[in-house]
Parts: sequence; structure tokens; C-alpha cells
Amino acid sequence: MVPDDLKQHIGKIDPPHVREVERGAIRRYADAVGNDNPLYFDEEYASESRYGTIIAPPGFFGWSMQSVPSSEGIIGLMTAMINAGYYRILDGGMSYEFFLPVRAGDIVIASPKVKDVNAKEGKSGTMMVCDFETTYLNQNGDLVAKAYQTLIGR
Amino acid sequence: MVKEQICWEDVEVGYELPTLEKIAHSLMLVKWAGASGDFNPHHYEEAFGQSQGTGGTIVHGLLKHAWLIQLVTNWMGDEGFMKKFSCQYRGIDYPRKMKTMNEPQDGDTWQCKGKITNKYVDGDDHCVDLEIGVVNGKGEVTTPGSATVILPSGEWQLDN
Repeated sequence: MVPDDLKQHIGKIDPPHVREVERGAIRRYADAVGNDNPLYFDEEYASESRYGTIIAPPGFFGWSMQSVPSSEGIIGLMTAMINAGYYRILDGGMSYEFFLPVRAGDIVIASPKVKDVNAKEGKSGTMMVCDFETTYLNQNGDLVAKAYQTLIGR
Repeated sequence: MVKEQICWEDVEVGYELPTLEKIAHSLMLVKWAGASGDFNPHHYEEAFGQSQGTGGTIVHGLLKHAWLIQLVTNWMGDEGFMKKFSCQYRGIDYPRKMKTMNEPQDGDTWQCKGKITNKYVDGDDHCVDLEIGVVNGKGEVTTPGSATVILPSGEWQLDN
């Protein structure tokens, strides 16, 4: 059974989260991963590629954690989970559909939505499985990607 | 500059991607926290990790996801396009602690692996499906996943 305090967040969409995809942020992200592909930091190399400029690695939209302070969507649900005693939260997985490359200088608008919350019996008792769906648009209003993430509270 | 580019015709089902090796350590996790914006203390504070039931600090799922994306995108080359990606965090990975300011202690090395499971044409797109995963030091796949990539077909070489 999913407690009502959690259930009320299903279907809620956080306010759109707008970010400029900065060169420095892309470089730091690639560096933290240990990814030395020049497409992510070498302007000269990237300018001769099919993209014409530096791009962000798939999965990086300027900022990967799209947590917007909001009582409605993701943060609200996470707070409700902790209050309901499901304070041990683990990331379950991530999937994407990519439609367009993300270039340095693009504006990305993310809209994260609480898609579903389900109770599941696990080894250590009942778990709350939370599914999120985030849509990413660029400055032209074109669909860049969709991301699906699962967080598990125990 | 002549760049090496893999083409759809170059690969078959069963083809294995070059393995990408990674070492997760505390310093890398802190850098990742800063770069990704995930400041959950579960990844840098030992006592908090214990309170979360994992026995200590653990490697970010999203860092492992970024490793797998690196595995695929650096293999597919600049002309490839990643269409779909998915991974599940099934097993917990523990980072190496630091020995010096920038050197980790001895310990596990992780291997990111990939294999082509399907090859097909979808409209104008020459696609391959991949089975991918992060393998820990014990040989267990802690982070299995899949990806679909569009590769340039042979005509790309003639046109360029």
C-alpha cells in the first residue's frame, strides 16, 4: 500500500527548470567522469565535427540533477517518503530517449514529473518505488530528450 | 585530420566493444558530486552511508551511468548518435579510499563492457542494439544496461 501522503504527488510536474549549457560545466562533467573525448572541451576539434561546436555528453543537460525546490514534485515526494519512514533512498536506474544533440550555449528546459509510486515487497520489508519522467526541450522548443529515473525508498 | 569512424557495415551481432576500465575512488566521487550536482552525503560521508544501510559510502549510480555512456559514445565516434540508453543499479559498488592526495589505495578496478545484440535498418537509420554493463572486481555485473546507436553506413565514407 502506498501511503496517501506519497500518492498525492503522482502526476505532479515541477516548474520548468531552465539552464544554459555552459562550456565549463561540460568540461568539469567530462573531467569528473574521466572522459577525454575532445568533442567536450576542444573548441577547435569540435568546430570541425558535424556539430560545429562543443557538445554535452548524452545524459548531461547542463546540470544532471534537476532538483528544483518545490513542494509538488520530486523534492516534495522525497520529503514525504522520509517523513513516512522510507528514509533510505537508493537510485534504481536511468533510461533515456535522445532526439537531438545538446550544444554548448543551448538553453535546456527540463520538466520533471512524478510518474508513479508503487509499493513492492523486498528482503528488508516494503519498498516504495518512485518513477520519474523528465522532458527536455531546447531554446527552439524542440524535444531534446526524455529521461526516466527510478528512486527506491526503504 | 583523418578520424577513425566505425561504420554499420564494420560490425556484426556478437561484436564486442573495447573494454573501458575505471577506478572509482573517494576523490572521483567528490569531483562527480560537484560536476553533477548530486551532493547526497551517502557518497562522501562514511557514517551517513552506514545510516543508509549500505555499510559506508557508495559509488553514485549516475557516475556508473556516465561511464557506460562514455563506453558507447567513444566507440561509436563523432558520426554516431546514441538514440536510447538504459541502465539499472543492481549491485552496490564501494569506492577505493585515497592513499595520497590524488592516488587511490590498491583495490577493485571496474570494467565497462558492451556487445552488439541486434543490427537492423530503421527507416533511414542504420542501428545496432547493445548490451552493456559495469563489471566489478569480482566479475559481477553491478550495473547492467542497454543502448541503441545509429552508425553511419558505408556510403558515409564515400561522401566524405
